[in-house]
Amino acid sequence: MNKISWFNVVSLTLGFAFLYIPMIILIIFSFNESKLVTVWAGFSTKWYGELLQNEAFLDAAWVTLKVAVFSSTIATVLGTMAAYVMVRSGRFWGRTLFSGMIYAPLVMPEVITGLSLLLLFIGIGLDRGVLTIVLAHTTFSMCYVSVVVSSRLVTFDRSLEEAALDLGCSSAQAFRLVTLPIIAPAVISGWLLAFTLSLDDLVIASFTTGPSATTLPIKIYSAMRLGVSPEINALSTIMIAIVTVGVIGASLLAKQQMLRKRREEQQAVRS
Amino acid sequence: MRRFFLIATPYAWLLLLFLAPFAIVVKISLSDYDLAIPPYTPQFSWDEGTGAYIRQLDFENFLFLTEDDLYWKAYLSSFKIATISTLLTLLVGYPLAYGMARASAEWRTTLMMLVILPFWTSFLIRVYAWKGILSNEGYLNQLLLWTGIVDTPLTILNTNTAVYIGIVYTYLPFMVLPIYSALERLDTSLIEAAEDLGCSRLTAFWLVTIPLSRTGIIAGCFLVFIPALGEFVIPSLLGGSDTLMIGKVLWEEFFSNRDWPVASAVAVILLLLLVVPIVLFQRNQQKQQEAEQ
Repeated sequence: MNKISWFNVVSLTLGFAFLYIPMIILIIFSFNESKLVTVWAGFSTKWYGELLQNEAFLDAAWVTLKVAVFSSTIATVLGTMAAYVMVRSGRFWGRTLFSGMIYAPLVMPEVITGLSLLLLFIGIGLDRGVLTIVLAHTTFSMCYVSVVVSSRLVTFDRSLEEAALDLGCSSAQAFRLVTLPIIAPAVISGWLLAFTLSLDDLVIASFTTGPSATTLPIKIYSAMRLGVSPEINALSTIMIAIVTVGVIGASLLAKQQMLRKRREEQQAVRS
Repeated sequence: MRRFFLIATPYAWLLLLFLAPFAIVVKISLSDYDLAIPPYTPQFSWDEGTGAYIRQLDFENFLFLTEDDLYWKAYLSSFKIATISTLLTLLVGYPLAYGMARASAEWRTTLMMLVILPFWTSFLIRVYAWKGILSNEGYLNQLLLWTGIVDTPLTILNTNTAVYIGIVYTYLPFMVLPIYSALERLDTSLIEAAEDLGCSRLTAFWLVTIPLSRTGIIAGCFLVFIPALGEFVIPSLLGGSDTLMIGKVLWEEFFSNRDWPVASAVAVILLLLLVVPIVLFQRNQQKQQEAEQ
């Protein structure tokens, strides 16, 4: 259908209004002069200034970033390995259990994951802090990574790898020179997903952290429980801005790459 | 050797950090509460032997869960809240997915990105945004009072209504994306054929479009229902003190009452309840994959 009916226009408008108006209001009121967030009292950026002086938030942001970088990196390595095993290794002992353990964390309620990991850490006497949050985040996000990477591996043309092996590559070289560059976009999006999941997680971090490590979501959550505050609005706005720039940037980059690839292919065909 | 290493590393990780913790939860759910560190009994010791240890485990906590009103009410009310909000999400999400699938090709990628973008922004922030809108002095009440629709502010925040809104809002992308991908693949000539054969637009929609997007609808509903059932953040930020959801009960049992055995028993039952929808969801996905091949 070429013409778009009024019904579709209305449903798209309402749907996207519902999705975006709450965030737009949040952003607008982060520039509010007044301490009372529901009353507009003029434009001001003072809450951003106060936020930058709030050491507790800055410390928490630093902890969160550390946890996210470490956990998403380990999760990407483990998740890619797991995906490779699932798609390529054929049958091995305990395969059903393995695939079950890969998919279960995706549907497991966070409260249960958090509780069970905490009980493990207490059981083995591991001090709770940054390390335990990293272990916890790695465990659930490696499953997301493996789902993303294995969907790419399934459509992968194995003859390319076989060609490399025939031409004298060792299997490690074939993986590094052929397989990895081809699945790289999936690995990168897996890493990004793991990174965002870690940045965002409140429940599992609350269970597995100790007094020494407070992550940003834990800090934000305890502030949010007290009500709406302009400082939290400012912080939210910064986070929304980072994500928006990141997502739009990544999609533009992907589009550019696709165009370049198409151009190269056309040139190859012509020559 | 390399193959063994490749399999063993993620395998060992998951066994140690996913399966073992789970076994511990089951074990503690069979133990008794005790004023000690850690707060449960019996503690395993090699001197007494395994037999004596196992004899001390019992199902007392599970009996307790059936006796105390709070727990089964919390399970029932979680189920109710998850069901109602899943249906509401479907009502909001279907028209949106439909509109996206009918838009022109160059618009579709943009619309798709607009649906995914909120998914990347912090869950907490998206829930929090509604706190300011729904409170008694909030933007919604200001608008309603200003337009004269109501005389006194509506109490929405800290009620179940706010929880429904929160769930619909945060899980909307999970509903829209599978329905959209089902609708996008739908061959529009089938609808034209139905209309040519005398169906009105609405009957064609009802008899052709809805059944052909069924797998998307089912997938979307499970993707909303399953996480909503164990949800903690939304009821604790938007719900009131009388909003009973099992995720919140588990959290409080653990952090406020420090009753680990009961918290573990609550977790075990929640997981058993989730097995049914998860198996149904898997079956739906399998059917869809087979249909595609």
